[in-house]
Amino acid sequence: MFTILMYIAAFGFLVLSFIKDKKKTYMALKKAWKSFENILPQFLAILVIIGIMLAVLSPEVISGLIGEKSGWLGMLMASLVGSVTLIPGFVAFPLASALLKNGAGFMQIAVFISTLMMVGIVTIPLEIKYFGRKAALLRNSLAFAFSFIVAIAIGVVLR
Amino acid sequence: MKMLLKRYKYFLVLLVINIVVYCLYPTVGQKSAEITWSNTVEMLSVIPPIFILLGLLDVWVQRETMIKLMGEKSGILGILIAFFLGSAAAGPLYAAFPIAGVLLQKGSKFSNVLIFIGAWSTTKIPMLLFEASSMGWKFMMTRFVIDIPGIMLIAYITAKILNEKEKQYIYDQAGNVA
Repeated sequence: MFTILMYIAAFGFLVLSFIKDKKKTYMALKKAWKSFENILPQFLAILVIIGIMLAVLSPEVISGLIGEKSGWLGMLMASLVGSVTLIPGFVAFPLASALLKNGAGFMQIAVFISTLMMVGIVTIPLEIKYFGRKAALLRNSLAFAFSFIVAIAIGVVLR
Repeated sequence: MKMLLKRYKYFLVLLVINIVVYCLYPTVGQKSAEITWSNTVEMLSVIPPIFILLGLLDVWVQRETMIKLMGEKSGILGILIAFFLGSAAAGPLYAAFPIAGVLLQKGSKFSNVLIFIGAWSTTKIPMLLFEASSMGWKFMMTRFVIDIPGIMLIAYITAKILNEKEKQYIYDQAGNVA
């Protein structure tokens, strides 16, 4: 749905751009292709890693890892699984809600979702390419720590 | 050809690993190949508009305009634009890095680009709606409300800890890769 909106926006601006200035539009498309081609090797590598990882860490295995363990150990486990895996939200939320029904706590789920979205171990090489080693590591570590704050807030609100 | 091999070496190594896994554990290998394929298809469907918009942004938006909107002195406006750009997007986080590169190259403030990354990672509007429907509004809203200051905090701390030289290096680098 949103992807369609992105297509409409991109196409609309492209047509507008073309009407205003053909040459600039070609330049924009060239630039788009160059940027894409520039990170394609990393993209492809990431996709294969995600594939292997999700094949090993299936929803069942993830459930086993963070499903029933509670307390801080469960949260730590959830944060580690969340940091290394890269699951699209449309898979992650149903999984999280299933985990909740199977006895996982709100705090573990919150830390899992938060690290899943904000911390990306797999994508760190790509992040380093754009932000440098220090900034990338800092952002990820801070996001990791912050995920626990989110979990505590969720724990307080949804007790 | 040699250049090509060198650029894609990690991808090729991983591909070989996947094939080895397939030989040793056929079910895992097959599953991973299937997941990789479906993710690739998904990526290829999500990414074209992102990169076209990136190209148009690069060609049409002047550096001066960008500095005014998201630069050092952009203040609250820059923060709001960063949040909006990140939240209105669709696509995985790794698609945000090239855009962040262009934003840096155009003279956006470092912390604003980090806010953009933070927003893209957690407060994407379509994702929030989906989160609310599967986890409940209370869960989503609590996370959303605490994520906003959290994203800013992470951005400011990261920007603060880096010294000027390191930041300059990142800006120079952005010009090269983007």
